[in-house]
Amino acid sequence: MSRPRPEPVQAVKQRRDAALRVLTARVPLIGFMGIGFDRRGDELTAVMTYDEKLIGNPYLPALHGGAIATFLETAAIVELSFQMLWEDVESGRIDPLEPGAIRLPKTIDFTVDYLRSGLPRDAYARARVIRSGRRYASVHVEAWQDNRDRLFAQATAHFLMPPPVEATGATGA
Amino acid sequence: MAATGDDRIGIARQFIEAIPFSRAVGMVLDDIGDGVAEISMAWAEELVGDPESGVIHGGMVSALMDTCGGAAVMSRLDGPMATATIDLRIDYMRPATPGQRIRARAECYHLTRSVAFVRAQAWDEDPDRPVATASGAFTAERKA
Repeated sequence: MSRPRPEPVQAVKQRRDAALRVLTARVPLIGFMGIGFDRRGDELTAVMTYDEKLIGNPYLPALHGGAIATFLETAAIVELSFQMLWEDVESGRIDPLEPGAIRLPKTIDFTVDYLRSGLPRDAYARARVIRSGRRYASVHVEAWQDNRDRLFAQATAHFLMPPPVEATGATGA
Repeated sequence: MAATGDDRIGIARQFIEAIPFSRAVGMVLDDIGDGVAEISMAWAEELVGDPESGVIHGGMVSALMDTCGGAAVMSRLDGPMATATIDLRIDYMRPATPGQRIRARAECYHLTRSVAFVRAQAWDEDPDRPVATASGAFTAERKA
């Protein structure tokens, strides 16, 4: 008995990066804010590259609270969507490049704690899906800058899940 | 000498419009009084969060209400010299209609020596159906 030969690493990476790209590339605000995502396996780190326009207090200077909230909410939505998509894309049930393959969850509420002021430099965030049911999900997000253990903001959000997507992939029939 | 209402709005408007992020997303201060502020922003393609529907990103609505909350705190006549958001909770009641201006109104309803309590609401062009509500706590930093 032998297990099937694993896929070539490039094919795996391409499929996963394509799934991530369809979640982020078409969202205008993600580009406007300068937010990108690092992927290691299924772990995502959101990165907000520093730009002068993100400043809310020019005297300190410090990042704008609204820019921080937008960054955290984006990290939460992309994490939740990527996790929803992961199994369907890995099994081939859904082709993420098909139109209609992606439906984003809707934010019900969002609570952000500002723990210290955001410095004028890059910021990082990781979101964790605490619970994801058929209709509702609860997600926690942590954001930091220089030091992973010194968070500058965190947030908890609830989302309304989109209806399940019909199979579109090659093995989905 | 006390500043007149128009002076206060002018000074506050300059202050808000000097904030790089507020300027980048096009926030405009419409009104400010003793503990109350109104700020609005236009719908813009680059601020869209859902490309299918064209609905503006929720984060922009929280940015608007956060800025408006800070302005409301600063506008208290007995108010602090500076403020920063401690926490803010936003409830999204419905998506804001694409193409319509979004307006927020915040009120600093209680102020202690070190904390300001704020609630806020946001609307698109339909004044009868708010798109979001918020409540939060802000720091109140007074001159020593």
